[in-house]
Amino acid sequence: MGTRLRDMIRSIRACKTAADERAVVAKECATLRNAFKDNDQDFRHRNVAKLMFIHMLGYPTHFGQMECIKLIAAGSFPEKRIGYLGLMLLLDERQEVLMLVTNSLKNDLNHSNQFIVGLALCALGNICTAEMARDLAPEVEKLLHNNNSYIRKKAALCSLRIVRKVPELIDYVMVPATALLTDKHHGVLISGVKLCTELCEGSEVALQHFRKHVISLIRVLKNLVVSGYAPEYDVNGITDPFLQIRLLRLLSLLGKGDSETSDNMSDILAQVATNTEGSKNAGNAILYECVKTIMSIEAIGGLRVLAINILGRFLANRDNNIRYVALNTLVKVVSIDTQAVQRHRSTIVECVKDSDISIRRRALELICALVNVSNVKPLTKELMDYLKVSDPEFKGDLTAKISSLVQKFSPNKQWYIDQMILLMVEAGKYVTPDVTRALVVVISNASELQGYTVRALYRVFQAWDGQESLGQVTVWCIGEYGEMLIDNLNEVEGEEPLTVTESDAVDVVETVLKDIRVSPDTVAFSLTALLKLSSRFSHCADRLKGLILEYKGSVVLELQQRAIEFGSILSKHTNIKTALLERMPVLDEATYYSAKQVEVGVDANQTAKSGPHSNGHAKQPNGVAKHLAPETALIDLLSFLPDEQPSAPHQSSDDALLGSLGANVVTSSVPPLSGGADMLLELLSLGTPAAPPLASQESPLPASSQSSLRSSLLDADPFAVPKGSVVSHVMSDQTHNGPASNADPFANLAPLSKPTAAKNPAFPLLVAMQTSGLKITFEFTKQANSPQTTIIKATHTNLSSSPYSDYLFQAAVPKFMQLQLEPASSNILPANGGAVITQVIKATNNMHGQKAMVMKLRVSFKADGQNNLEQAQVNNFPVGL
Amino acid sequence: MNCSVTGKTPIIIGWRIHFVLLISRQGKVRLTKWYSPYSQKERTKVIRELSGMILSRGPKLCNFIEWRGLKVVYKRYASLYFCMCVDTEDNELETLEIIHHYVEILDRYFGNVCELDLIFNFHKAYYILDEVLIAGELQESSKKSVARVIAAQDTLIDNAKEQANSLSNMIAQATK
Repeated sequence: MGTRLRDMIRSIRACKTAADERAVVAKECATLRNAFKDNDQDFRHRNVAKLMFIHMLGYPTHFGQMECIKLIAAGSFPEKRIGYLGLMLLLDERQEVLMLVTNSLKNDLNHSNQFIVGLALCALGNICTAEMARDLAPEVEKLLHNNNSYIRKKAALCSLRIVRKVPELIDYVMVPATALLTDKHHGVLISGVKLCTELCEGSEVALQHFRKHVISLIRVLKNLVVSGYAPEYDVNGITDPFLQIRLLRLLSLLGKGDSETSDNMSDILAQVATNTEGSKNAGNAILYECVKTIMSIEAIGGLRVLAINILGRFLANRDNNIRYVALNTLVKVVSIDTQAVQRHRSTIVECVKDSDISIRRRALELICALVNVSNVKPLTKELMDYLKVSDPEFKGDLTAKISSLVQKFSPNKQWYIDQMILLMVEAGKYVTPDVTRALVVVISNASELQGYTVRALYRVFQAWDGQESLGQVTVWCIGEYGEMLIDNLNEVEGEEPLTVTESDAVDVVETVLKDIRVSPDTVAFSLTALLKLSSRFSHCADRLKGLILEYKGSVVLELQQRAIEFGSILSKHTNIKTALLERMPVLDEATYYSAKQVEVGVDANQTAKSGPHSNGHAKQPNGVAKHLAPETALIDLLSFLPDEQPSAPHQSSDDALLGSLGANVVTSSVPPLSGGADMLLELLSLGTPAAPPLASQESPLPASSQSSLRSSLLDADPFAVPKGSVVSHVMSDQTHNGPASNADPFANLAPLSKPTAAKNPAFPLLVAMQTSGLKITFEFTKQANSPQTTIIKATHTNLSSSPYSDYLFQAAVPKFMQLQLEPASSNILPANGGAVITQVIKATNNMHGQKAMVMKLRVSFKADGQNNLEQAQVNNFPVGL
Repeated sequence: MNCSVTGKTPIIIGWRIHFVLLISRQGKVRLTKWYSPYSQKERTKVIRELSGMILSRGPKLCNFIEWRGLKVVYKRYASLYFCMCVDTEDNELETLEIIHHYVEILDRYFGNVCELDLIFNFHKAYYILDEVLIAGELQESSKKSVARVIAAQDTLIDNAKEQANSLSNMIAQATK
């Protein structure tokens, strides 16, 4: 029979350790399980109560769920009361067991005792599922008309839950809900107004319907505002703030977008705004709601001023809660009336420095909404000052906001560069790569400030403390504009003179290079900077080369690759070095920003990012990187060729591509990273070491001649050709033939690509596989409505003199594609092309427009009693599949 | 039933209380009430996460925490933190007022309520909460009226107990 509830709680509380508690609970649970098993009826309600306590301590109690249902089904009020409580506490709406109570609920909703009806309504309101809502909606609707206010208010909230679960029922409760608005009982009014609000949010019809009743709502609110002391509903001298707030909220919905309704309510809103006393929380809650309502309806100017003044008062309040809601609301008001909010700017700035993170966040958001070109300087200064002292957890947010403000509103480039440098010094580790990239683009465009920038960076770098972003930008600038650092070129007015030697500049790069805190990306930046400096700093040539070669054995393959390639440029290719290491061409801002905004796969930035690292390989460990590195480097080098301004402005391996794109974009406005790199990856991902050399694959984009050049060169098996010679080959190709000769990307690939058959008007017929004894051709058709899907008709022809039997054709595609093979027309292929087998293949390219199709084929058959197996890879699908 | 128009407009989830938590200063849970679906696992996680955040906040800070796209409004009464999680659009000041409303009703019912009352009579705290909130919405703004219905229900229980006692006495006497 067990102990009393009180005794159990006492014994659990007496436990000194968690293990003791677990033991007591385990013992209790065992007793409870036995009691449940024995179907002990007398103590069932006590046992469920115990279980609830155990549940609250966080122990599993699912074994008691059925007991709750039994209690509910029992007849007496005490049992039902604990049963419903257990139901709401131990179960949630996703448990199937709930289905079992639907019938009990239905009975109880029709019970003669108001409290039992109340229990059922409460349970239904708290945990009903969509199915229960549908089943019991008629019962609840009936109770909305009940003449007992206790039942009406519960039925109203229960209906609210029902329409949340089943929105179709909105129309069904609309009329009974309207009747609740004229109820005299406050509980019913509160619930009814809330129900109507919910209906208006869910349905335009309901909204129109309740607009007709706005006058009666206003009357109720007016009575509350002007009524004298009402002891039952009084909160700090205000009559029923809860009801007032709910009325205001419904009014805001009704007035929104409807000027006539808004006009009707403006008097009462003004009355609430002026008459409500704001010394206590309840009054402020009403004022706050009133402001929200005024801001959301089509209010006249005067009312708005009143509302903003209330917020101004809130802002000056000493209570943090009030200040919080003021900031929260001002953020929404800013777009309506910036001027009014500007007046409180200094107070808001103070709030950014508040000790409370909730307030700081709100204030920061508000500040950002307030900044414009005219006040960006003082506000940024304030924020920067605060950045120095703010908590580490807040610095991330703050840095992101400052950088976006500075980027957006900077009055001139020098100020922008100054602020960014300052930001990187203060919070370098929170500055994201996007921000540094944007900075580099700006520096590259500001030719008159490059000298100034590199010197400023050199100065602040003296106190460098491992900030990644600062390191990257400094190293990049020294690599590009190192000579300006030494010669003090392009001095800006008021700049302090600086004496820097070549070796000082190299020291900076070396510091970054050797710092253990920086990432491989930054080291890669540094290596490139060293390479670039080698053509500018003749005195340090040996030191530079030495530093680069130290990374020859780096475990990071990207770095190793760079070190070896750069080393060979320095030692073997001095004739091209100067040209190759010239300053990076100006990065086109317009292209950079427009590219940044377009998020589609066609955009340059995206392509740059996804370039060699797409397909999810980027995140993989070095095993894959090993394959990637050659292409990356190759693209880096090759990409400089198109405009004959070879330079090596790598930021990181993927930034390098941005760089390369920047270079490309100068000559062609099309962001043209062709499928070259991707294609190679496809090949790699297919993992066929013996794969035939790829035929050139035009990217789905309108590829420019340069990109075709790039892809065609890549296709010429980069692994087989020594890097240096590729470079020189490319160089000579470029210099001797000029760009014009590269217009035909297929020219130098003729021997590699398979002969293609007569052209089909839509897509050319493709010879997918040809051996001495077998030929497979592909014919393509596309359905107009689905560009991703291609219907391929494969025709198999036997070219040999012996017939093939057990002919089986198989195909495989990479992950981004899907393949469906229809049954073949036959599995016997007569000799000498006497008849053909046809088979339809349905291929879906999920990356249509981004990646070209690739397919691996395997054919097995029996010829002259011998098993034969042929394999091939098809990479030369026509463009646009 | 006509459901032509309602199908078109998306339902915006209105303002409401998602859950109510009572946590002691030691981080012990004294009451939990969930009005939005959270699985048992999520519930444990939410409680742990929030009690960490709330208990570590200083006394002078505001009573609101922005959390997972929602807002948690909390207030400390002696050794207990009363927390309600609401939508960001909700009126935080009013939520504080609802918390206070509930606390006052508890206080009247128990007569100077303390944490121990709520431990040993946790089910009563739930009964009272169910008379204040349904579906995460306030149902009664009059403390008196809540007190009245709770008292009436307690009387019902007492009567039932008495009846059962006298019944068992009669049975005991009859079988003597």
